[in-house]
Amino acid sequence: MNSFTYARPESLDEALALLAEYGPTATILAGGTDVVVRLRTGRVLPAIVIDLKRVPALRADILETDTCLRVGARTVMADLVADARVRSRFPALAEAAHEVGSVQIRNRATLAGNICNASPAADTAPALLVYGAVVNLVQASGTRSVPIDRFFLGPGRTVMERGELVESIDLPLAKEPQGAAFARATRRRGVDLATVNVACLVRASGQTLLAYGAVAPQPVLVRDDTGKLADANCREVDKIGILENLISHATPISDVRASDVYRRALLRVMSRRVLDTAVANLRSQEHAS
Amino acid sequence: MIATPAEAVPIQLTVNGELRSVKVLPHYILLDVLRNQLGLTGTKECCLQGECGACTVLLNGRAVDSCLVLAIEADGGEILTIEGLADHGKLDALQTMFLEKGAVQCGFCIPGMLLSAKYLLKTNPHPTREEIQDGLAGNLCRCAGYYRFIEGVLAAAEANP
Repeated sequence: MNSFTYARPESLDEALALLAEYGPTATILAGGTDVVVRLRTGRVLPAIVIDLKRVPALRADILETDTCLRVGARTVMADLVADARVRSRFPALAEAAHEVGSVQIRNRATLAGNICNASPAADTAPALLVYGAVVNLVQASGTRSVPIDRFFLGPGRTVMERGELVESIDLPLAKEPQGAAFARATRRRGVDLATVNVACLVRASGQTLLAYGAVAPQPVLVRDDTGKLADANCREVDKIGILENLISHATPISDVRASDVYRRALLRVMSRRVLDTAVANLRSQEHAS
Repeated sequence: MIATPAEAVPIQLTVNGELRSVKVLPHYILLDVLRNQLGLTGTKECCLQGECGACTVLLNGRAVDSCLVLAIEADGGEILTIEGLADHGKLDALQTMFLEKGAVQCGFCIPGMLLSAKYLLKTNPHPTREEIQDGLAGNLCRCAGYYRFIEGVLAAAEANP
């Protein structure tokens, strides 16, 4: 591994000052499950690695406000998956986070790091998209909040500016009953990157959100406001037509995990399955309340 | 705290209950420090990308791949390696049951497998077969001895209250 300077700031101000000072030659270290591999392979060759693990303002827990659950930047996947509030209110996200890597990876990898990597195949992205997550960013000159559907720009690229850090990720609490579901296809069970991943959310109003990953340069969010997808009386042929339209934004490539044709076929089947599961989950919510 | 690439800095690790002080450069990974500087070669190096789990240790009570942790990041931390799993020569229930079930073939994956299993039983004392598969999914065995790992973990879990 190439050598580098290591900094362990103990305050947000110190971290932001280091980021400003070193600019493009700095690499941020949160969980390290991707960064340490890249440091070893030389894919990143920073002058300085800034370790955020001991910055108290970047929290490692999940706070509940009147309007959202706020996931701190240092919160690891394992804690997200284990959180009872996340499991009950954002089950598709808990399920997606549980699919990330292995136990060892989930004990280190952060949700914030997962979105900052901006992998087209990031498993948490489709769930964050259908739940309408908001990314809270901070830099020396101030803070701003970016809806997750405007956060990703392409493989490895986000709207984050140099000198900016993720402070937390907000999961807005639902105002009406909703059902959600997540699914992913992999070549083998257990630790693998997604060939395709999909999340769906259906609201009591009938509005349906679908998000899919690993089939476009960035995760895609689409929605249907006709209410037909959640309507048990809607004709099958109409539902299929709407779904075909929703998945038409996929532009998959062929790679080591699958061909573009196979990815399209998977997306079609998986979208239907997550829709049906999300509708069933909505109905059971309504029965319960 | 800032450590430059030119100068090794002292860090403190509590390894298997014993406080150890070592000097490390910023780019040293925990795995190498355990093996090369502390002589704890039970932790194995294999894929070096967090896929295989051979280098699994418990860091501050959690199973992690020690190839993905910079040693300097772990400064002040508590580490359990395979050398510390037995309690003063008395084998852990998992070690006993792995022996009893014939779970060990070539042995290379076993230190990591046992520590993942240890973490699993710590967080879930009575896992189902499926939960064991999930808990050990980050540990690969090229002898493909998975069935007996599961049997070993199930048997060890029976001793739990």
